[in-house]
Amino acid sequence: MSGVRVLVGTRKGAFILAGDGKRKQWNVSGPHFAGWEIYHMKGSPADPNRLYASQTSGWFGQIIQRSCDGGKTWETPGGVLEKTPEGFPKGESNKFVYDASPETGKPLTTHQWYDGTQHPWEFKRVWHLEPSLTDPDAVYAGVEDAALFRSSDGGKTWQELAGLRGHGTGPKWQPGAGGMCLHTILLDPANPRRMYVAISAAGAFRTDDGGKTWKPINRGLHSQYIPDPNAEVGHCVHRIALHRSRPNVLFMQKHWDVLRSDDAGDSWREVSGNLPTDFGFVVDVHAHEPETIYVVPIKSDSEHYVPDGKLRVYRSRSGGTEWEALTQGLPQRDCYVNVLRDAMAVDSLEPCGVYFGTSGGQVYASADAGDSWAPIVRDLPAVLSVEVQTLP
Amino acid sequence: MIRVVLPPHLRTLAQVKGEVQLDVPGQVTRTSVLDALEARYPMLRGTIRDHGTAQRRPFLRFFACERDLTHDPPDAPLPDAVAAGAEPFLVIGAIAGG
Repeated sequence: MSGVRVLVGTRKGAFILAGDGKRKQWNVSGPHFAGWEIYHMKGSPADPNRLYASQTSGWFGQIIQRSCDGGKTWETPGGVLEKTPEGFPKGESNKFVYDASPETGKPLTTHQWYDGTQHPWEFKRVWHLEPSLTDPDAVYAGVEDAALFRSSDGGKTWQELAGLRGHGTGPKWQPGAGGMCLHTILLDPANPRRMYVAISAAGAFRTDDGGKTWKPINRGLHSQYIPDPNAEVGHCVHRIALHRSRPNVLFMQKHWDVLRSDDAGDSWREVSGNLPTDFGFVVDVHAHEPETIYVVPIKSDSEHYVPDGKLRVYRSRSGGTEWEALTQGLPQRDCYVNVLRDAMAVDSLEPCGVYFGTSGGQVYASADAGDSWAPIVRDLPAVLSVEVQTLP
Repeated sequence: MIRVVLPPHLRTLAQVKGEVQLDVPGQVTRTSVLDALEARYPMLRGTIRDHGTAQRRPFLRFFACERDLTHDPPDAPLPDAVAAGAEPFLVIGAIAGG
């Protein structure tokens, strides 16, 4: 019987919520890596038992964890003791080093700081891990300060795809309140050489040559805090999403505004429509209906909680503009939680399951595409990320 | 043998309990102790010192013999009692955050 595995990253550890095919019975394991911030966990589409986790700490820095048994046991792929032929121990241990070699083109050394001055790139943490669609040992990492890394040996060693920082607009990138992070990585299932990334606060970017060169794809985005209405970069994109059957259609939750693109990001138009507020972090797409999308409106950029004390997921069945509030099973009074950008996911069962986690430590699940909701857990640490695997 | 006490999160990461005991060749300094520690436990690389610069991570400090050695030069000899194994070298996580 099929089932789901919900991977939850929190401020104080990781949790794995295993559900049956009906998504009624749940088994909760964790905390894994107790006390550490788990920014993201994700499973390989090519091998569901292969999981990657970003374990991070202000004290101890960045650790990458890997599981080969669906999260029962974990290892630090770059930290395993190995012997060189000379007998000396070695280990890479989660080493993320920006590529500054001249061969890669134009590696940038500075970006814009809060006060408008230029500031050097400094590695802080991994925000998002995106395993390859076909190779369990290949995985991308989106990091702060914003850059894209790739591992082809199961997370043991990492190499930067320096063409992203090197394409020319880097000096105009700037950190948002959460830091200057590369938080979204979308792999095009129809074209292995195409992928999309999004950076706060720089914008969305696309490569069509496997990550060697990149172009900003932000035409149509308008941001109050950027005086130039046609600014190529500087936009605080919070999340982009696509449906695997139609990868040229993208949906975006920007700082303010929900947008869509029908041309692989070359142009965008706003589809906020009747949302009560179009500030928010998450956006996701129904597994079987490419025009059905979900957002969780947040009151404002200075009030990071749901409006009116009501936790409402909004669903559009028309690819945006017309939205309906989904409230059944969600608190409709005295609720002031936030839902962060990596904290929503969908499964591919029938009907489609939708999941999200909150800053209050709840993880909600809907087994009917959002019509009704129930908490799987209520009292975890603040949730940073939610991913789901549909298991055979 | 040099005795090293790690903070709890790093003990978990290195899968050790209690003190770590290290054979440190040559002069016993902070650098040589941490080199030996990271050689034995590669998963600790980058958690105490930055990968690239080998600078101490900001929220960690080094104590021994009831002294804060954090700002001593990294290649300065550690106290004789540490070098003799009578006292441990402590890696301490600063009190910060919640």
